[in-house]
Amino acid sequence: MEMDTDTDSAPPTMQPPPPPLPPRPPRRSPSVSLGLASPGDALGSLLQLQVAPATTAVSSIDISTLSFPDGSRGTFSRAASRTTTRAASTTASGYATPTHDTLGALGALPARANLADGSDSMSLMSFAPTLRPPGDLASLVAGELNRKSPAWMLLRSQSATVQPFETSVERGPSTTSALAGFESEFDDIPDRSAVTADEDRLALWKAKLKHYMILSSAGKPIYSRHGDLGLVNSYMGIVQTIISFYEGAQNPLLGFTAGNARFVIATEGPLYLVAISRLGESDAQLRSQLDALYMQILSTLTLPTLQNIFVHRPSTDLRKPLEGTESLLSSLADSFTRGSPSALLGALECLRLRKSQRHSINNAFLKLRGDRLLYGLIVAGGKLVSVIRPRKHSLHPSDLQLIFNMLFTSGGIRAGGGENWIPLCLPAFNNRGYLYMYVSFFGDEGFPGSPGSARNKPAAPREGAEQPHPPSSPLSSQRGQPEQAEEDEIAIILISTDKESFFELKEMRDSVAHQLAKNGSLAIIKEAVRSGRPSVAAIAPGAQISHFLYKSRANVQFCMASLDQPAFGSGSTISSKTVTRRRLMSLYHELHASMHAKHSHLKVLHCVGDAAASLAWITPVFEFYCVAGPNISRALVTQGANKIIQWARREEERLFIIGGGVF
Amino acid sequence: MAARGPPGARGMGNRFAQFKLVLLGESAVGKSSIVLRFVKDQFDSYRESTIGAAFLTQTISLDETTTVKFEIWDTAGQERYKSLAPMYYRNANCAVVVYDITQASSLDKAKAWVKELQRQANENIIIALAGNKLDLVTDEPDKRAITAEEAESYANEAGLLFFETSAKTAENVAELFTAIAKRLPLDQSPRLGGRGERVTLAPESANTEAGGPCAC
Repeated sequence: MEMDTDTDSAPPTMQPPPPPLPPRPPRRSPSVSLGLASPGDALGSLLQLQVAPATTAVSSIDISTLSFPDGSRGTFSRAASRTTTRAASTTASGYATPTHDTLGALGALPARANLADGSDSMSLMSFAPTLRPPGDLASLVAGELNRKSPAWMLLRSQSATVQPFETSVERGPSTTSALAGFESEFDDIPDRSAVTADEDRLALWKAKLKHYMILSSAGKPIYSRHGDLGLVNSYMGIVQTIISFYEGAQNPLLGFTAGNARFVIATEGPLYLVAISRLGESDAQLRSQLDALYMQILSTLTLPTLQNIFVHRPSTDLRKPLEGTESLLSSLADSFTRGSPSALLGALECLRLRKSQRHSINNAFLKLRGDRLLYGLIVAGGKLVSVIRPRKHSLHPSDLQLIFNMLFTSGGIRAGGGENWIPLCLPAFNNRGYLYMYVSFFGDEGFPGSPGSARNKPAAPREGAEQPHPPSSPLSSQRGQPEQAEEDEIAIILISTDKESFFELKEMRDSVAHQLAKNGSLAIIKEAVRSGRPSVAAIAPGAQISHFLYKSRANVQFCMASLDQPAFGSGSTISSKTVTRRRLMSLYHELHASMHAKHSHLKVLHCVGDAAASLAWITPVFEFYCVAGPNISRALVTQGANKIIQWARREEERLFIIGGGVF
Repeated sequence: MAARGPPGARGMGNRFAQFKLVLLGESAVGKSSIVLRFVKDQFDSYRESTIGAAFLTQTISLDETTTVKFEIWDTAGQERYKSLAPMYYRNANCAVVVYDITQASSLDKAKAWVKELQRQANENIIIALAGNKLDLVTDEPDKRAITAEEAESYANEAGLLFFETSAKTAENVAELFTAIAKRLPLDQSPRLGGRGERVTLAPESANTEAGGPCAC
């Protein structure tokens, strides 16, 4: 089905959305419109674009019975067979997702062609099995949909190697306009100076694709990801005026679209949090990002403190109490802008270890537990290795996200090189009080063999101060260097409710470290970190899938394939890598938004765009998203997906921490 | 404080002493940078704020036979952490109060810390005043907001050691800590050599019972 994201289906989201348009007959035969990159075709498809931009072909399959890889079967309530293009589904759900295509429709017309050009979701081919009776997944996959002429098969056999996003890269910057300028997204806006005029700084500011702003309900600016507050002050004022207008009418403003930017507003007590995105995230996704920023603020202040501040003086400048945490907010914000699978799925990633290995780490950890310990974590390369916790309490992923951000994404703690004692509030655990967190990174410089030696890490000798011990190994000086970065660092995190328990936890750390070094666990952890995430080829040989995310819903954890492959920019420059990864993450965000749109009840979603084919599959057990090259048939994608899911189910106890150590 | 006989941990005739040191001062004056310079001989111009407090150790030799180990609490300077400060200076033997010589207000804050230490901390605490960011004024003397004379006369008045330092160029950083070590009562310090060192944050237990539960 060819379906325009018609402008008449659009205007802004606060009006009740019109019903989805009925399907139209295909305009062209699929073989032509699939648009292999022959010059003539490309031209034709570009022309086509001007007429009918940015539709994504989405074929939804509503299935009554699903076979799970483990052989069990699940039965799901089945909605009537229907076809959903994303544009229709998202607006129809009342959710008004500003994915690229809807944005084109919602935004001003002139911006549309420009925006639509080559956005990830653009599709030249559109077909959907609407006219077919809903059937079993297998019959759909094997059906005549994939039956093509011999000539087509020949062509296809040569095109199967096209990697996802390859075409959009080859076509140059004009077709990647949705992410144009993403390379410089994280560059700082220069300070006000004689050299840089305010207009230029403002232009740089406006060129950013993503903004986060936090202000008090009295209109005092608190935080802006880009631009100093002097620069954005007047915009904060405008935002405050708009929001409070609706607040006054007892009809809080949740979001609106301006041009190709989506604004989402969250009101949290005395705070307004605003996300402005041109990256095509859904409202729900942006809202969860704002929620994480709010949690970061609570983690610094606690809820009662925050409330007290504003009860007594509504005009308080919150920047002072939050001083020094801007970098935490920014690193959190940037991880969302880069695209974080963990934030998208609301899940954590664990280090893959054998069950027995994890077991022995847990046991050593549990055995050496101090009396005043609440939670103990071992984290390596940003992935969870081991958790121990009281029976009554489990750790909430959003709290762990804050801790991981503090330790791994923002460099402050790692750079210090010491042991840290940090009062913090874990809002999902208890937003009313502080816990105390002991953090220590295991350096590279030979693991402390004995508790005493762990702290004796003298620096290079200085004049006037003779070195009493032999100088430390040269490796120790690397520890503070950023390029060594998060990837292979192992940290131990011990959390207590008692602010005086530093030395008890420090002692525990030393004995755990000693034990892990002795029983070889530390070497195993290091090795697991070094070998990284598995590639799809290693998991499911022959599968045509380029990348996947698999979330175990019961464990609230996920695993993913290695990003270290040419399709995702390994080996290329850092900036193009950032763009390619964002493109991949944007695709995942779109899949995720479609699957989780209100009232959509989708189980399986297969999308074909000109840049990539993708599949999303949700069952009560897992959520699975994968991406393949644009010419990979649905049969092959499904086959690959099945292999990967089987692998994930089989390896469940290695990939995920199930339960953790409980005391 | 228990004075113990000649320490034997480092061999006959050698003295080994261990002291608790706390760094205080307004945020962004360079406390962590001074510590990083002292402990690791490194400098990082884009350092992020300390969160909470960091605990580091460094050992220096005063002379052939005397070794001093500092257990350093590097505290965060933000106002919201102020209520936790007593926990860190409670049993400190020495303190370094840092200000930024290019920020006039930071000396006022430093003076307030000195006052608090003299009122609340150990009676015999050795306090050093450090005016940091000396490197900034070598090229541009205009940037200086607090003269060395002004700060020094205050330091003398209040009985503090005084140095102007630069964590960036390392100027006076080692000297600062060496001077403190020399001032400390080496023979009366709690001696907790070897691996049994155990100084707790709790008010009474620390230092008074050297060699307590895990006797050396």
